[in-house]
Amino acid sequence: MADAVARDLRIPVVRRRVGARALVSRKSMIAFFFALPLILIVLCLVVYPAFYSMHLATLNKSMTKFVGFGNFEFLFKRNTFWMVVEQSVLFAVTAVIFKAVIGFVVAHFVHNIPLKGQRKWRGMLLIPWVIPPAMSTLAWLWLFDPSYSAFNWILNHLGLAGIPWLGNPYWARAGIILVNVWVGSPFFMIMYLAALKSVPEQLHEAAAIDGANWFQKIWYVNLPMMRNIIQITALFSLIVTFANFDIVKILTNGGPVDQTHVFATWAFTLGIWGNDIPLGASVSLFMFPILAVAAGLILRNIRNRGNEA
Amino acid sequence: MAEVALRNIVKTFDRTPAVAGIDLNINDREFVVLVGPSGCGKTTTLRMIAGLEEATSGEIYIGDQLVNDVPPKDRDIAMVFQNYALYPHMTVYENMSFGLRLKKFPKAEIKERVENAARILDITNLLDRRPKQLSGGQRQRVAMGRAIVRNPKVFLFDEPLSNLDAKLRVQMRMEIKKVHQKVTVTTVYVTHDQIEAMTLADRVVVMNGGKIEQIGSPNEVYHRPTTRFVAGFIGSPAMNFLPCRLVEGSNGSAGLSVKLSDKLTFPVPPDRVGRYRPHAGRELLFGLRPEDIIEKRGDLPPGRTAFDAQLDVVEPMGMETMVYFLVDGTEVCGRVNPAVAGKPGETMPLVADLNHMHLIDPKTDQVL
Repeated sequence: MADAVARDLRIPVVRRRVGARALVSRKSMIAFFFALPLILIVLCLVVYPAFYSMHLATLNKSMTKFVGFGNFEFLFKRNTFWMVVEQSVLFAVTAVIFKAVIGFVVAHFVHNIPLKGQRKWRGMLLIPWVIPPAMSTLAWLWLFDPSYSAFNWILNHLGLAGIPWLGNPYWARAGIILVNVWVGSPFFMIMYLAALKSVPEQLHEAAAIDGANWFQKIWYVNLPMMRNIIQITALFSLIVTFANFDIVKILTNGGPVDQTHVFATWAFTLGIWGNDIPLGASVSLFMFPILAVAAGLILRNIRNRGNEA
Repeated sequence: MAEVALRNIVKTFDRTPAVAGIDLNINDREFVVLVGPSGCGKTTTLRMIAGLEEATSGEIYIGDQLVNDVPPKDRDIAMVFQNYALYPHMTVYENMSFGLRLKKFPKAEIKERVENAARILDITNLLDRRPKQLSGGQRQRVAMGRAIVRNPKVFLFDEPLSNLDAKLRVQMRMEIKKVHQKVTVTTVYVTHDQIEAMTLADRVVVMNGGKIEQIGSPNEVYHRPTTRFVAGFIGSPAMNFLPCRLVEGSNGSAGLSVKLSDKLTFPVPPDRVGRYRPHAGRELLFGLRPEDIIEKRGDLPPGRTAFDAQLDVVEPMGMETMVYFLVDGTEVCGRVNPAVAGKPGETMPLVADLNHMHLIDPKTDQVL
């Protein structure tokens, strides 16, 4: 009897077990399980807040009524909003260009330091990037102080008038960009240095024999060989810089008169300080399409790179 | 077209000498091969001619010009690198024309030169491709094409065939020789492969330990090596070396003979007796190439001596068979006709051709 039952049951049970085991042992399934922790984190900390902020952006100030695109219509009519758009774009693009150029030049200098001393220099040059930006920005805040700072002290000793670094909107913008460049350049430097090291030395020797001078070696050999890294690093940095919060928050807090706000700080000011969370959410959502385009470009680039290899 | 001259060239890296004083004259249109084991300074020498390394001391002349302080681009040389060093982001055409474009040659002339070089190398159909889309042999041709279009005074090759598989290497070796016959330019070629050296060179420069051991035609370095190193390095399988004693008397009266062991003594051919006489009684090193130890057949011409050997290892190679036997504990290799080769453990009658023997002074490592 028991035998008969077992025999009856065996076929479907075995089949089901084989099916489940096959499913679990499929490569894509294993890959999925490995990725699961990250997927959960992204779902909880990225996807859920993103959709939640989309939902928030459609509510009125007291979050009691659905207003559709009302918040956006309100924003489009405000000059401050367009100023923030302009400032964010100006800030991100200028800072990334400076970071890329400085990183490229410094990477070449470091690359040409004899290997013995190179580690030391690499380490020192990475310091601005390694210090938490909130802390280093505080130091910059002191440097920019109009009355007691090092910068104005030097200017005064040279017989020049002190500059209201963070009081004047133009100087404040320049100052924010300067600090961001100071923090971010080492990242470019280390990425470009890695790219430079992967350029075979024999290509430089071949170029030297072909008659290239130092500039032509950089222009015709290094630059094309580093093209992918240059693009990916710049796009990646563009995203991070565009979404920057801490430097602006600490240095100027958007002032004077909102003229240095970027999306993140203005959204914070409106939403948290101004107690209008739906409006803040609407502002922060504007970063999404711009960053999505940048991210799309990065992904396309990585795909192309895969084809080249 | 130019001669190249090196005058007492020394190169040290962090006090380690890589090249320890080299004198070398390379004639116009000559194909010279620098050959030697790894670390013998041959590549460093080539790189100094190219200007990629600075000589610690000594003088380098290309043509009549002292070029020690002339940068590579102004030396009018072209170099083919071991890994080809093609610019991966450029097409074959761009790779080959890069040097000319930098020198601002007119477009029409660039096109003509590249197409001409491509025809010589049979790569006309590859001009639009990128290096990644090429096979090893094709990349090798492009690298040579890049050198040819420059129409330089001197070609420099740095182990250009060592990244190719064995079959392609033989084929490209012949291509290089053909190209040199078409485009006769002074050429310096570095290799560790002594067969490449023998087949390509007008003159072979054998280097060891940063010094030149011997300069000569391929036949000279093969048949008349001047040092133990050259004798052992050139030729494959390598020359047999056996400790011996040069003793007075042989089957004749006034002769000399080489005593290799209690059982094996070879008479020195009469024409060598005068040369070796001053060394009689000394402990020397006896050298004989494997092809001079062959199977016994018919009568013995003068200078040949028969002996029996108990075979240790037998290696059939197809057209010939290598037989190995021990003489006083030292392995000796002979090349015999496969039809008569014995089996391991058997005793086989062999003949040593002493007309090709060498005696080496173990103190100086010079061939006597």
